[in-house]
This record gives sequence, C-alpha cells and structure tokens, in this order.
Amino acid sequence: MCGLSAGARNGGRRLELELVPRPGARRLLPQVPPHPHVTFCSHSTDFEVHRNWLAITHNLPLSQWYYEATSEWTLDYPPFFAWFEYALSHIAKYFDPKMLVIENLNYTSPATIFFQRFSVIFTDLLFIYAVRECCRCVNGKRAAKDILEKPTFILAVLLMWNFGLLIVDHIHFQYNGFLFGLMLLSVARLCQKRYLEGALLFAVLLHFKHIYVYVAPAYGIYLLRSYCFTASNADGSAKWRSFSFLRITLLGLIVCLVSALSLGPFIVLGQLPQVISRLFPFKRGLCHAYWAPNFWALYSAVDKALTVIGLKYNFLDPTKIPKASMTGGLVQEFQHTVLPSVTPLATLICTFISILPSVFCLWFKPQGPRGFLQCLVLCALSSFMFGWHVHEKAILLAILPLSLLSVQRAKDAGIYLILTTTGHFSLFPLLFTAPELPIKILLMLLFSVYSFSSLKSLYRREKPLLNWLETIYLIHLVPLEIFCEIVFPLTPWKLRFPFVPLLLTSVYCAVGIMYAWLKLYISVLSERTSARQKAE
Amino acid sequence: MEKWSLMTITVLLALTVRWTVSLGSYSGAGKPPMYGDYEAQRHWQEVTYNLPIRQWYFNTSDNNLLYWGLDYPPLTAYHSFLCAYVAKLINPDWIALHTSRGYESQSHKLFMRTTVFVADLLIYIPAVILYCCSLKETSTKKKVSSALCILLYPGLILIDHGHFQYNSVSLGFALWGVLCLSYDWDLLGSAAFCLALNYKQMELYHSLPFFCYLLGKCFKKGLKGKGLLLLIKLAGTVVASFAVCWLPFCTDVEQIMQVLRRLFPIDRGLFEDKVANIWCSLSVLIKIKNVVSPQTQLKLSFAVTFLSLLPTCIKLTVQPSLRGFKLTLVSCALSFFLFSFQVHEKSILLVSVPVCLIINEVPFMATWFLLVSTFSMLPLLLKDGLLLPYAVTTLAFLSACVASFAIFEKTSAKDLQLKPFSQSLRGYVSWFKLFPKIVRSLFLLSVTLMGVLSVMSAAVHPPQRFPDLFPVSVSSISCLHFLFFLVYFNVIILWDSKNSRNQKKVS
Repeated sequence: MCGLSAGARNGGRRLELELVPRPGARRLLPQVPPHPHVTFCSHSTDFEVHRNWLAITHNLPLSQWYYEATSEWTLDYPPFFAWFEYALSHIAKYFDPKMLVIENLNYTSPATIFFQRFSVIFTDLLFIYAVRECCRCVNGKRAAKDILEKPTFILAVLLMWNFGLLIVDHIHFQYNGFLFGLMLLSVARLCQKRYLEGALLFAVLLHFKHIYVYVAPAYGIYLLRSYCFTASNADGSAKWRSFSFLRITLLGLIVCLVSALSLGPFIVLGQLPQVISRLFPFKRGLCHAYWAPNFWALYSAVDKALTVIGLKYNFLDPTKIPKASMTGGLVQEFQHTVLPSVTPLATLICTFISILPSVFCLWFKPQGPRGFLQCLVLCALSSFMFGWHVHEKAILLAILPLSLLSVQRAKDAGIYLILTTTGHFSLFPLLFTAPELPIKILLMLLFSVYSFSSLKSLYRREKPLLNWLETIYLIHLVPLEIFCEIVFPLTPWKLRFPFVPLLLTSVYCAVGIMYAWLKLYISVLSERTSARQKAE
Repeated sequence: MEKWSLMTITVLLALTVRWTVSLGSYSGAGKPPMYGDYEAQRHWQEVTYNLPIRQWYFNTSDNNLLYWGLDYPPLTAYHSFLCAYVAKLINPDWIALHTSRGYESQSHKLFMRTTVFVADLLIYIPAVILYCCSLKETSTKKKVSSALCILLYPGLILIDHGHFQYNSVSLGFALWGVLCLSYDWDLLGSAAFCLALNYKQMELYHSLPFFCYLLGKCFKKGLKGKGLLLLIKLAGTVVASFAVCWLPFCTDVEQIMQVLRRLFPIDRGLFEDKVANIWCSLSVLIKIKNVVSPQTQLKLSFAVTFLSLLPTCIKLTVQPSLRGFKLTLVSCALSFFLFSFQVHEKSILLVSVPVCLIINEVPFMATWFLLVSTFSMLPLLLKDGLLLPYAVTTLAFLSACVASFAIFEKTSAKDLQLKPFSQSLRGYVSWFKLFPKIVRSLFLLSVTLMGVLSVMSAAVHPPQRFPDLFPVSVSSISCLHFLFFLVYFNVIILWDSKNSRNQKKVS
C-alpha cells in the first residue's frame, strides 16, 4: 500500500518506484491474525512497550509521563516520541479503547495488533518520501539504459527493502521507519545545500529518539565547517575570516527552539533530571541480553575463553569466580573474571577516541556531502563498536547511510556488502520462533542476492568487490546459521549451554563488523593523504 | 543484472509471499464438528497411515466416509501417506486413529503449512521457472516478469497456503506436461499429465486439449507411418502410468469401482455453495435444481459442456500448434467450469493456470481474468478469514502486472490478438477505432466493481431479506465475466489460423 501511494505521488520517477516491489504489500502480511485462534506470529516485548506508551500518554497528564511505572516498560524515549504516541492514541481509541488502559498489560486483541502494525506501515510513508529525496541526490553519471542498473533504482531498493529495517519494524515491532526517514531526509537536505532545513530535521529527530546523538558530531562539524564558513583556502582548510555569525546564530536558534519545544515543559515542571535519568539508564550493563556484535562482545568472549582455560589449568580459583558469569553467560550485569571489568566512563572515552579521527577528517578536508556521509557512517559504527549497552538494532544506523555511498563508489560498495550481510545476520536472534525462521531466511536471501548482484552489475567494469578472504568469511555465515538453528537444538548441549548459538553468532558477526569498520576507516583516512598529494 | 539472479529474486519473493500468507488462518480453523479442508487433509493422513490400503476408500468402522472420506485419486492418498510418515516422526498424536480428530495446534499448523510449501517448491515453482525460461522470442526481462506475475498469482497462493489444499501439486504436474510437450517430449509430457490426473480428478478439465493436441500431432505425422507409432507409444505410456498409480487397487474390480464411485459422486447435485458458473447464476432466476430431475441435470450439463468444447477441440485436432494448445487449455477448462456438473469455486484455478501460461502473449486479458478469478473466490476466502491476505496479494499482483507488462498500453485489437477477427468483421462494424478505449474503460469499470463489492462484502451487513446478497452478486458478476472471457478465447482460437497463415506468407 505504501508502495502504491509512492508510485502515484512520484510522477516522473513513477516507473522506477513501481518496479520496486512494494514493501507495504508484504509488510502487511506477516501480522495478519484475523482469528485469535491463529495468532501465529509472535510479537516482541517492544509491541507491549509501545502499547504501554500509548496508554500512558493517553491517560496521564504531561507531568506524570516520565514517572509512571505500572509496567516495567517505562517511557524512555524523548518527549517528541511521547507526543507522537499521544497523537496515535487518539486514533487508537477508535480501534480498541481497551488497549489504552494502563493496567491492561500484554493486551493483544486483533484490533490492537492491526492498529499498531498499520501505524508502522503508515508512518513508513515518510521513509519512502525520504528515499525518493535521497535518490535525487545521487548523481546519475552512469545513466544505464536498463532501469535495473540505474544507481538511483538500486539505491531505492536497497533502502526500501532493507532486511534489517523490515524485520525490526514490521515483525519485531518498532517505529524506526519514519525515524530513519527523518534522518535520510535531513541528509538529503544537507546534500541539496538546504542546511537549515537539514539541521531542523535532525534536531527534531534527536528529540524523537536520542540514539541518533551518536551521529550528531558528524552533523555538528559538517554544518559548522560547510555552512558557517562560507569559503575555504586553496589547501582545503577553513578560511577563518569567512565565518558567518548570522549563520551560526540561525543554527543555534533552531536547535534551541526545538529543544525548548521538546524539553521546555519538563524544565518548567522541574522534571528534567527525571527525564534524563529515564533516557540514559546506565544501570543496564555493558552488553544487552544478546551481545550486539561489537568490540565488547569480542572482549567478553576472550574473557570467557580465558576463564575456561584458567579453570582447566588451575590458574584460577573456582570459588572466586562469580557464578553468573559461568552459567548464564548472557546476564545483564556482566562481571568480567580475568580481564578488567568495563565501566560506562571507559566506554564513553573509547567511543569518543574512535570517533575523533573521522571528525578531524571532516573538518580538515571537507569533501562535501560524500565526506559528511562517510563521517556519519563512521560515527555510527564507532559508537556501535564501543558504546555502552548497545542494541544489535543500532547497526541500522550505519547500514542505511552507507547504502547512499555504496551506489557511488566501488570501494564503499565492497564495505557495504560485508557490513550489511554480517549486520543483518546478527539481527537473526531477534526472530526466534519456528514460523519466523523461513521468513527471516527468505527475506535475508532476497536482500543479499539483490544487493550482491545489483552492485556487481553496477561496478561490472571494476575489479571484484570482495577479495577471497571476505568471500570465504561471508560464505561461512551459511554453515553457522545451519549449526545454530538446526543442528545445535538437536544436540544434548542444548540444555546445558543454551547461550552457545547466540555467543557464536555475536562473536562471528563482531569480527566482520569490526573488519568493515576498520576498512572504512582506513579507506577514508588514506583517501585524505592521496587527495592532499594531488592538491600539492 | 544477470538472468539467474533476477530469477532467484523472483522465486524468493514468491516463497516469501507464500509463507507469509500461510501464517494466516486456514479453512475451518477452530470450527467443530466438521472443520474444513485443513482437517480433511489431516484426516487423510490419519486414515492412510493407520489403515491398510484395502480400506482407504471403503466405509468401515475405522473409516467413516461421511467425515471427510477420501475422495481424490490414489496419488493424493499416497501423498497423505508420505506426510503422515513424517508427522509420525515428529508427533504421533497428530495422526493417531480416532483420537486425533479435529487436532489443532501451532506446531501442527506449522507442519501442515510446511508440507504445502515443500510440495509447491518442488513441483509447481520449478515448472513455472522452466516454462518461462523456455519462452521463445522474449527478452530476459520479459521472461522474468512473466515468472514473477505467474508466481504471484493470488488465487493459487490463497487457496493452497491460506485456505489449505495441495492444488500446486496437480497443477504443477499439468504444467510439467505442457512444458514437456513444448519441447516435443510427448511421452514424458503425457506421463506427467497422467500424474496430475491421478492426483486430482479435476485435471480432467485439461485432458481434452492434451488428447486433441497429441492426436492432432499423430495425424500430422500420418496415421500410417510415424503417427501410428507415436500413437501406440502414447497409449502405452498412459496405460503404464495409470497402472503404476493404481497398482495397489488392481487386486479387485470392486476396489477400482469403489474408488471411481468416490471420485465421481454424481449424487451431490449440480453445484455446491455459490459457484461462479452458469447453473448457479441461472438459479437466481430459475431454481434449476427443483425444476429438472437430477438425471436430466447431468445430461443437460454434459450436453452443454460438450457443445461448448467442440469447436476449439476440433480446431486443435486439425491444426495442432503449441499456441493453440495453450489457448485450448484455457477455453476447455473454462467451458468445464461454466457448464459441467458438480463444480467447486476452487476449480477456477484449473482455468487460471493455463491463463498464466499466456500472460506474456495477451497480458491485458490474462491479468484481467486472473483478477476476476481471485475475486470469484472471495466468499470462500472471507469465510476462512483471509481478507487481509486477499487484499494485499491482489493489489501486489495487479501492480506487478501493470509494472512489468504495461497492460494499459496493450489494449488495441492487435495486442489482444483480435486482428484477424476484426479484419473479418471490417465493413460491418465501424467502432473498432474506439476499441482500445472501450476495452480499457471496461477493465477499469470491472476492477472498480470488484473492489467495491469486496469492500462491501467484508464490511457491510447484508439486508435481512437477502442474507446471501453479496456471495450471489460476487458469483453472478464473476460468471458474466467468465462468459465474456469464454467468448473471447473462443474467438481468438477460431480466428487464429488466418493470422498464422498471414504470418507465414510474410515470412
């Protein structure tokens, strides 16, 4: 349905989008339980989270939004998102008023499911619009005759059929579609040199979901460097004279106004500390229940391996080891046994240090929108690698903007293929019931086959996108999946070590994502020197 | 992009749609005491696994034929037996004799859905892909888009993966038959078609075109030489494949007779429920079932069916061509559907699949027909709670067809293969200039009508005086469409020869 309206609205680009298989059509399907008897597809806790927020914002006054705690899923998104839920709740009451009762925990009537699922599909319209705007920014130098080989078409499919976004939003249940829509739209506006609009959109986005603060450095520096400085020196450094106070005031004004609109009421009520404490829950532990495939997953895995080895050769005293770390393996509060335990401050410092080079790059040799996008992806990836309590879904923050780069340069396309394949694979544990197994495998194959073959045909004349090592690494995801989902549950270890499949998935994917991150970093940094040499 | 990756994407897309539809409801879910086709299939597994073959088709103390007795040919029974074997390995409760009646659970549903999915993947989908690859004089893109449209055809998906049946098996075998015939592997083709026939007796709808085409081919080769040899070979193949399928039942004539009685239950009446065929639609005006005796009904329907089949079959026998064969498959199946005895609403699938085969030749008409055929099953789908899958798959199918064939630009007489017909009429009728526009607006009108009726039957309560208002109007409107299509297909078949001769002259 979304696809239909996109096709109708797009006029000139109509054919292109129409050939894109409509996501809406399929997105609607997995959640069709017309009969309570056959409510088949599971919905995650996030479904209940959002139902609860609908109820909270609908029934309570503003002053209690961030205090209400009947459900364990308290409101922990910024105020704009709460307002969004408030608006939705006024439509929801026409579907099933019972879902708006705060005490109705885990309430799932067919009408509730229909409404919630449909609200995600409907808000996806913004995402589709943003994709269209992004496609306009991609320069069509390679104007292929065949529509299937046009970069804009490929980009549209890569974004709209993004496996991660599809399963996280439409099966697992979240509202990432329109949030990423806002982000892509702001990127598109920056590419079109409509800086103020882009800044406004991003500021609004930040107050919808604060996870986007990870990429804020890229926005800040880019706006400062390319918008506030109106001219550059010949060697690419900023011309200090050209600094425009008017422009920075405008930017500041936008940010302040948006923040005032969002946080103002809570400041007046004196609830800012409470809001902040809800938004940044540092009590939650280094890793999420399932380790996101980042640096800390590798760190924890090494720690675990060392513990096992230590116990075997009697280097460690078994009585001193915290029990949880050996049995559960994936508990929330994770104590490392051999390696030093990690504090939130340490992760913050690591994140900061890892972001720094990319930001410097953006400042010292701005390459226009391309450089900005590279910096954006690097920021997202770095914070994914080193952040505190990172969710596996956060990888989408890097994958989606990287799609824009992948259709413009072969080198980025190679990195994109590694990152998406491993990143999407790491989302597999999100869907764990048997009926969802075929869906996730089919959708993943669909996206992977498309991304590989389309990018390969786009860069037909250049050298292969992946070298042999990368190819072998990616191919081995197949046996890994077969082992984790089919072989392992049949073995007797299933009961004793239930965490092994998750551990394997997370560690294996962490290697790939780490590699993609390093490769992208190296390519960005080395590009600088070569560009500088050329300039000299 | 390369052909194989496009085809892979098409297949994956088709599989995804199939699986997502299968997550929905099925026929008779949670509706004791009879449940629906889902329970029928499960019951057959139970019966075939637990009883000796001799008792499968007989009413015994362990096999109550009134409760979903087996009424399909042996291959269906073997298939059930095979599935039951797997079921036994997973959970013996699913097929326990007597106690498993009406068994429903999430894991059982998953199992049943998987059996359909696997059957579809192994038989129907490869046939479609190979068929599309074998299309001559078409670009890669056209081949892929034909495959996409055929695989996304909502009717078959909704009935097999939603309502719950194994039509893709018999239709898949029939497709393999067509495929083999198009490569001139006549023996293999007829063997494949025999398998289809032994899976579902409804495949008889397709048997005449197969017969006429092969017979015509024998005639063409000369009945005294090669033709006779081919005829003997074909007859041998058919007899042999039937014998293999029926081997366990050949012990006793009574066995065979009982199976046949089960397969052709002539006492069940002219039609059931609300079928979009001529008898059901006529009974809105005249209650045929009450006016005419059952024996006369049988004779009447037979006579009308036979008469409507005759012209195209004769034509095919006299001038056997692959194109004519496909078209005759359509028109014969449609005649059977409209006029024959004891037709189900699902039998329209037997017409739809041949129509799928000509989707790249007459995309506009094929799309239109496929939409109508899905719409004609709406009352059934509503009963099963498949409204949402129906709406979404239909819209997806329509947009896939519009995008890949640009159907709205292909409405001229030439695109509809009506050129010879219009030439023969020239002089009498002068409105042919307006023809494309008229056809297009008819299509839009019909699509709007179908949309409105779909929405109304889903959302509006019928007036108390006419509780069946919507099902009846759905079936009558579909029936009118089908009559129109029957005329259309007959016209293009019968006027085909001039066209091909002209083409030959040109070349």
